[in-house]
Amino acid sequence: MLNQDILDKLEKIVGSSRVSWQQVDLVTHSFDATQRQCMPDVVVHPTTTQEVSQIVKLANEEKIPILPRGAGSGFTGGSLPVRGGIVLVLTRMNRIIEIDTDNLVAVVEPGVVTAHLQRKVEQLGLFYPPDPASKDFSTLGGNVAECAGGPRCVKYGVTRDYVMGLTVVTPTGDIIQTGGRAIKNVVGYDLTRLIVGAEGTLGVVTEIILRLIPQPEARKTMLVAFTSIEGAAEGVSTIIRGKVIPTTLEFIDNSALSCIRQAGGDLGLPEHTQAVLIIEVDGASDQLDPQVARIEELLAPLGVLEIRVAATQEESEAIWKVRRAISPSLRQLNPHKFNEDIVVPRSRVPEMIRALEKISAHYNVPIVNFGHAGDGNIHVNVMVNLDEQGMRETVEKVLKEIFETTVALQGSVSGEHGIGTAKQPYIAIELSPETLGTMRAIKKALDPHNIMNPGKIFPELNPESPLPLLENSAV
Amino acid sequence: MSNQKDLEEYAHVLQQCVRCGACQAHCPVYSETGREGSVARGKIVLAASVLSGQVVLDERLQEDMGLCLLCGSCVTHCPNQVPTDKIVGALRRKITDQHGLSSVGKKVAKVTGSKSLMKTLIKGAEFLSPLLFKKIPESSGLRLRFSPEILKGRSLPPLAERTLFDRVPEFLEGDPEKGIVTVFAGCALSYIYPQWGELLIRIPHRLGFSVYFPKKQGCCGMPALSSGNSALISKLSETNIGALNKKKSSVILTGCASCRGMLAGHYAEKSGSPFDSKILDIHQFLVANGVDKILAALPQKKQTTRITYHDPCHLRSEGITREPRALLQALPQADYVEMEGAGLCCGLGGTFTAHHPDLSRMIGDKKSSGLKKTGATIVASSCPGCILQLQDIIDRNGLQMQALHTLELIDQALTDEQQS
Ligand SMILES: Cc1cc2nc3c(=O)[nH]c(=O)nc-3n(C[C@H](O)[C@H](O)[C@H](O)COP(=O)(O)OP(=O)(O)OC[C@H]3O[C@@H](n4cnc5c(N)ncnc54)[C@H](O)[C@@H]3O)c2cc1C
Ligand code: SF4
Ligand code: SF4
Repeated sequence: MLNQDILDKLEKIVGSSRVSWQQVDLVTHSFDATQRQCMPDVVVHPTTTQEVSQIVKLANEEKIPILPRGAGSGFTGGSLPVRGGIVLVLTRMNRIIEIDTDNLVAVVEPGVVTAHLQRKVEQLGLFYPPDPASKDFSTLGGNVAECAGGPRCVKYGVTRDYVMGLTVVTPTGDIIQTGGRAIKNVVGYDLTRLIVGAEGTLGVVTEIILRLIPQPEARKTMLVAFTSIEGAAEGVSTIIRGKVIPTTLEFIDNSALSCIRQAGGDLGLPEHTQAVLIIEVDGASDQLDPQVARIEELLAPLGVLEIRVAATQEESEAIWKVRRAISPSLRQLNPHKFNEDIVVPRSRVPEMIRALEKISAHYNVPIVNFGHAGDGNIHVNVMVNLDEQGMRETVEKVLKEIFETTVALQGSVSGEHGIGTAKQPYIAIELSPETLGTMRAIKKALDPHNIMNPGKIFPELNPESPLPLLENSAV
Repeated sequence: MSNQKDLEEYAHVLQQCVRCGACQAHCPVYSETGREGSVARGKIVLAASVLSGQVVLDERLQEDMGLCLLCGSCVTHCPNQVPTDKIVGALRRKITDQHGLSSVGKKVAKVTGSKSLMKTLIKGAEFLSPLLFKKIPESSGLRLRFSPEILKGRSLPPLAERTLFDRVPEFLEGDPEKGIVTVFAGCALSYIYPQWGELLIRIPHRLGFSVYFPKKQGCCGMPALSSGNSALISKLSETNIGALNKKKSSVILTGCASCRGMLAGHYAEKSGSPFDSKILDIHQFLVANGVDKILAALPQKKQTTRITYHDPCHLRSEGITREPRALLQALPQADYVEMEGAGLCCGLGGTFTAHHPDLSRMIGDKKSSGLKKTGATIVASSCPGCILQLQDIIDRNGLQMQALHTLELIDQALTDEQQS
């Protein structure tokens, strides 16, 4: 509990209606999509960069943890107040400040919801490609902090590729600008890239300059059903090797398909379908059919049961429905889900999928794989019942083996969800002590009192793990 | 006997929320407040915390629980269909059980019980008189939903002289082959808009059905639900179940989305539907009986009026969006245009508007740009509450439009045809 003096000061900065330490508000800001729970001491809703700066200065002086929070949709515990402190909710800083159609640039506050910006720029014939599945509710600040990706990243890249500049309140409360609106910029260190993906541990982002591109004229969606998982996995690398870069290239394995079926979903797929690829291409209208034809030609030798090309918007929607039906249906298998978002170089996707099948068989634990395979990013869902004897230990072994295999295949333990608290135990599998040491030195230099989202990313900084589960919730 | 579930009975349902946050994109209240306590996820965590004793039913909790329109948007879009509206209802009842009714809740409670009293009191222009309104027995939904606080400064419908009960007999004989349908009108269609209530009865009769309109029916209990008054909901539902089950009929028809939501949803919360026949929204019934085709076959008028449609939350969240449109699009006298944001909540939300008038207006005003862009002169809907709120939004924003019930337009077309 913070002393009254500090609470008074916070009230002075933002006004009493935007500060609360009532239990109800603490509880509603004690969790994110990881379903762990840690209580903060106070919740503040700032509305300006200046307010944020003053709050951070106060926190730095008093050595109180600061937790930047967007929509709280993070999958790795990034916004959890593991050491209590001040939760800084940025949803009220939600203005789209400017859309500069001359330079194809948007300037936004961090609380703008991703899809809101997308809708706005699309009305102007422009396009902001990063599309995390959470785009209808995640904030751009959260996207920047996690370097969010999505299905379209195969062709268009991730959030990082669209951030041109930032306004950041540093852990000591200074307000700095990084990058800018010009396409080229080599003055000093690239702090923009340092802050993007830093999970809010190096400062609070209060303004974002984003690059926009012209909206593609048209797109086409297709679904390809395969006789084997192997064939579909090969399909991913074959398409890329064939020098076609689809907008999206999503992979769904047979256990995911059977979950949807068990949940009562009718997929209308051929009976012996073992895996599916959902592929979307975009560009000028007359370029779509040749791309589709090329993909069909590349995939034909890999055991294709059916290729469905959507002719209308409704048909395309029906294809995407299959993809969206997966997540909610996973519970059919087991109550508890460990969702990892590993990534490997695209040519190694088939090897990775094979390895996952082996691990699943060896430990007798269902692993459901699907995701943005086109960029090598596979969502690996280890589905278990933790109430079973010894299951916790088994899960730990399974995860460790998955991550070790990933890294051995030149991959990475997280493609887009970040480390937060959830993946701390595995970060050293990927990063050498020297690399980790360099990162820690940067953190220490910018945040001497370790107040900015402490207890995240670096393992030994977080003594109290595992975190308590949220009351009354399933994992 | 109560047909409402206690919060405790929702304990396992609370666990189905995976905390993904998807509901944020669909909650009209959250889109205004940006506060986690306003959205389904926050409310579910609070409900779980109440059960575990982590939070108590203090004023701050009551405030967050008050910030819900019971619109069901979050439920429709939740990957696990967690029934937040029902959970909020249960939590509100828990709050009232422990702390008694709020001042608005108390007012609601007095009006909704006695129908005869309501009938005498809510009459003609007198309804508008705050003095008289004070005498309204506090057990009618009208008292809560259309209380002087709410009506103040609002565009009001021209008031009807006679209530629905004075306008139609309890039983209208039709073609014996067609069978009997039972009608539930609800407060608004009985007292404020009886002319539309009458169509709810007359149109099925015109199609050849015998129509039973039991006089014993009362308020559906939506305002009581909204204010967490479990005793009153039980009393009202018992009366209505008895009245509507009295005569064997093929369906029970409703013309008010909120009433339908109560009858089909909340009455069935605990042990399934208490009714002997199926509840059907009037639009579903009309389409099932080919009225869209009948309308489409009528000669197209030379001069048409441009119309659009607003989806009441309590129909949209039940997937009833196609039927009203099918009927409107088939009208010979109208040219239908789809409105941007047709499914956005109007902001009325049971007693929400009485507790949070400003927030309610802000939510409602989000509809104004969509309304304006249609260029329509009529916005039809199928919930009297929405219609009242829509007219208010229209007038406040200086638009030249009229909000009315879809039934009026349908009746117009059918009547014109008969006369020509
Ligand atoms: C159903 C679902 C689907 C998802 N799909 C995807 C997907 O396809 N791709 C993907 O990449 N992710 C996905 N995610 C994860 C999540 O939505 C993203 O990580 C998103 O970017 C988080 O945004 P947020 O606003 O919710 O941030 P929060 O969860 O609130 O915060 C995330 C992190 O960002 C920090 N942060 C937030 N705002 C700021 C700021 N202004 N300045 C500094 N730090 C800040 C926080 O401290 C925290 O560490 C999904 C999540 C869900 C629930
Ligand atoms: S209520 Fe549904 S949509 Fe909202 S957080 Fe829970 S599971 Fe997600
Ligand atoms: S019922 Fe409506 S107002 Fe209430 S939480 Fe759900 S979406 Fe929000």
